[in-house]
Amino acid sequence: MSVCTLQINERDVAVPTGTTLLEAARQASIPIPTLCFLEGLSAVAACRLCLVEVRGADGREEPRLLAACVTTAAEGMRVQTHTPRLQDIRRTVIELLFTEGNHVCAICVANGHCELQNLAVEVGMDHSRLPYRFPERHVDLSHAQFGLDHNRCILCTRCVRVCDEVEGAHVWDVGWRGEHCQIISGLGEPWGAVEACTHCGKCVDVCPTGALFHKADTSEEKHSHPERLQALVHARSHQEWSP
Amino acid sequence: MSTRTPRKARLATVWLAGCSGCHMSFLDLDEWLLELADRADIVYSPVGSDQKLYPENVDIALVEGGVANTDNLELLQRVRANTRTLVSFGDCAITANIPGMRNMLRGSDPVLRRAYLELADGSGQLPHAPGIVPELLERVLPVHELVPVEVYLPGCPPPAERIRAALEPLLRGELPQLSGADQIRFG
Repeated sequence: MSVCTLQINERDVAVPTGTTLLEAARQASIPIPTLCFLEGLSAVAACRLCLVEVRGADGREEPRLLAACVTTAAEGMRVQTHTPRLQDIRRTVIELLFTEGNHVCAICVANGHCELQNLAVEVGMDHSRLPYRFPERHVDLSHAQFGLDHNRCILCTRCVRVCDEVEGAHVWDVGWRGEHCQIISGLGEPWGAVEACTHCGKCVDVCPTGALFHKADTSEEKHSHPERLQALVHARSHQEWSP
Repeated sequence: MSTRTPRKARLATVWLAGCSGCHMSFLDLDEWLLELADRADIVYSPVGSDQKLYPENVDIALVEGGVANTDNLELLQRVRANTRTLVSFGDCAITANIPGMRNMLRGSDPVLRRAYLELADGSGQLPHAPGIVPELLERVLPVHELVPVEVYLPGCPPPAERIRAALEPLLRGELPQLSGADQIRFG
């Protein structure tokens, strides 16, 4: 196994070739906040929360902003994970997410258990410096067991990835562009009308906000369960079926 | 050590478009309210004063609620002009929160029609009493989108301990540095 050595926050870190900057930082116990990233699913760098400043990549000396979840560590890289610039970017990303949709924590099924809500605390967001948009979005309650509230969706695409990569049903995808961009089921049909859906609930388990939920859940009652997906992925990849 | 008694702070609480839950939480300060009364004069408050007109020279104002109608807007402007430290008090003041959900209906007219005509039993009529019933603004806005704000105190409602954590430094003439889930979490 070949190894490369890089610096993260002035600390020397040696990792196997092919390791991402996010994995390298976590191995060195340096936390980088993430939102769209979920262990067990492919990384897509959609949320930009894990941006880090990288010097020394491709011989460049000026710092480049790269998403740690999809950037492979390379020999001689010098990485900064928490500069004032990065902290401001992260707070702005969270403010953009809050103002882009309609996130009313007080009445949300995920209140108290929401990754977006927790990240607002982590980045120190006590208010938004950007104006709220209040877009018109709809709620799909056509599925017998689950609901989808587009007001609370941040387009992280975890549901798209888990349904495609783990369940193999590919019910979810991303439709439209720009401010009209939204998660779609089937070919833009009501969720309940999509025959490919196996009703497994993996999408609900991995949703970081209250966008996907069990219909029986009322405010503060939704808990995400990414560990179920991770246990399944681990069992499949290691052929270890008993817990 | 100076024996001079420090001047009591002039404290106000203001209720715009909110459910008054933030004020109920303020009352949940329980026995600390007695200490507060020793350290501050409550010069204007729906729960602590009979004063009808917002006074001048207020040191600290806790402003609950979004800005939903012309009354809210006029009061907020008077508060800003006469207050040293304006605290945006609770999620409605900071994000528009639940009152702001009407913004998704796009304007005051669709909201009034929905509430007073479409959901009425046939005898509905739109409210119209100029000078008595304040006109709705087209959108409910957070306080800081209209006037400058010094301190943000999130929560729906902010728990009493969080309110105290903000008031303690403010009464000493300092700005509170709030952080962590106990002090700045929405909802």
